[in-house]
Amino acid sequence: MTKVIEAEDVRRSYAGGFEAVTGITFSVSRGEVFALLGTNGAGKTSTVELLEGLARPSGGTVRVLGHDPYTERAAVRPRIGMMLQEGGFPADLTVAETVRMWAGCTTGARPAGEALEAVGLGGRSTVRVKQLSGGEKRRLDLALALLGHPEVLFLDEPSTGLDAEGRRDTWELVRGLRDAGTTVLLTTHYLEEAEALADRLAIMHRGRIVTAGTPAEVTAARPSRIRFVLPEGVPAARLPLSLRAAATGRHVEIRTHTLQDALAELLLWAREQDVRLEGLDARSASLEEAFLEIAQNETAGV
Amino acid sequence: MATTTTARMGALGRAELTLLVRNRYALFTALLMPVLMVGVLRSSLDRVDLDRAGMSAVEAALSGGVVMMLILVVYLNLVSAYVARREELVLKRLRTGEASDREILLGTALPAVVLAVAQSALIVVAGVALLGVGAPQRPELLVGGVLLGIVMLIALAGATAAVTRTVESAQITTMPLFLVSAMGSGLFVPLEVLPDTVASVCELLPLSGVMTLVRAGWLGGGGGAGELAGAALTALAWTVISVFAVQRWFRWEPRR
Repeated sequence: MTKVIEAEDVRRSYAGGFEAVTGITFSVSRGEVFALLGTNGAGKTSTVELLEGLARPSGGTVRVLGHDPYTERAAVRPRIGMMLQEGGFPADLTVAETVRMWAGCTTGARPAGEALEAVGLGGRSTVRVKQLSGGEKRRLDLALALLGHPEVLFLDEPSTGLDAEGRRDTWELVRGLRDAGTTVLLTTHYLEEAEALADRLAIMHRGRIVTAGTPAEVTAARPSRIRFVLPEGVPAARLPLSLRAAATGRHVEIRTHTLQDALAELLLWAREQDVRLEGLDARSASLEEAFLEIAQNETAGV
Repeated sequence: MATTTTARMGALGRAELTLLVRNRYALFTALLMPVLMVGVLRSSLDRVDLDRAGMSAVEAALSGGVVMMLILVVYLNLVSAYVARREELVLKRLRTGEASDREILLGTALPAVVLAVAQSALIVVAGVALLGVGAPQRPELLVGGVLLGIVMLIALAGATAAVTRTVESAQITTMPLFLVSAMGSGLFVPLEVLPDTVASVCELLPLSGVMTLVRAGWLGGGGGAGELAGAALTALAWTVISVFAVQRWFRWEPRR
């Protein structure tokens, strides 16, 4: 598959020496939805700005559609669309006037009505931007990002500020674009969003990519977890050794890559020993756990 | 087909014009202030002995009024516009599109440019038709001076916007150039009336060259070719310095 976005050992330092992106490498194929996931300050926006060509990397190379997005801006910009985490439009223009302004700066702009319909702002075209709600402003921003039928779409935290319904609508829109062949790179700190949308994802922490792959691959590398509380008088030492349980007082946690086997063994043991396991909870590895574990380990490791 | 520079700047200029019309304060500065200022110039000139300058009070007021209008319409108006667009994060968003930095700044300036050219023409026509001032002696100098002034003031507005944090503080940051020009560039008092040493320092101020060209173009005189070339060079030098300052220090996002 064609690589549409390529980043190789990319770094970004700010004045004062802080290195926000410390050498990351990844690529995105045509028609893929790729999510950069991370806590605030992980370096997601700093990375996306390099891919968008808004800033020059302090090291490494970036290629978008085969060009350097910073130095060959004119070749790249007409083929991409972007939505910033924080961008604005003149407060005193109407929605339609804003779209018209943007259309004048956009190659192959679709009709304003169509673009606004796509994001559910069809009935708001005569409203001033300052009278839009936060969520409506985000939708307008998205409409403009889509205005030129971009081959590559960059969305920096697209659903921040949207209510649940708006978020679902945005997801539908992104899926529709992907199905039509658009390559989408998005950042998010909502795990649910990454899980729902991304074909592949990378988890960033402190300026580097800690893990990457399909959501299934990322979670498969993580153990499943069983938790329960033993009754008084039943020491954790009585648990079968093969379960490799970790106990804190009466609270026990088991981490395993074979959840079904471990759980069966535990339950059989409990029945034989006539032990009630309070608060029994067994769950497969989720992206959320992978994410939290990475954040915790990395923080603790520093 | 890709968009062109003209189309992009046209779209930005059209949006900016809409905003100008919807902003009463900006519209007042751009349309009514020039008229008031010509009146102020006219009354202040009654107390100046203009014989040394070789022009009447009306001639001095109207020619000074052209440059005063340029400052109001181009400079004051654009500093506010640039700062407002930056603080609204509009400049940041525009930079993600196809328009280049230069197109964004010049497109935003378009309504001011059109307005300044139209008002210059209006002042000259009104002066000739209604107030008995002679027709421009050397129109090419008049037009050149006005255009040079517009370009310089756009660049100066960009440079001033770099040190202006809010639209409100623009009223303070634009004050130095406004006052220095009004006092020292011959807008109120033609430099010929001033003592020679003071006049020769004042000739180096940003708008002095523009003022010299406009007066020479409209009223004639203004010294020989050498002096006119010097005036043009002064204006050009300030333009180059300002463009450099914009490239170096212009801020596209609010300070956080």
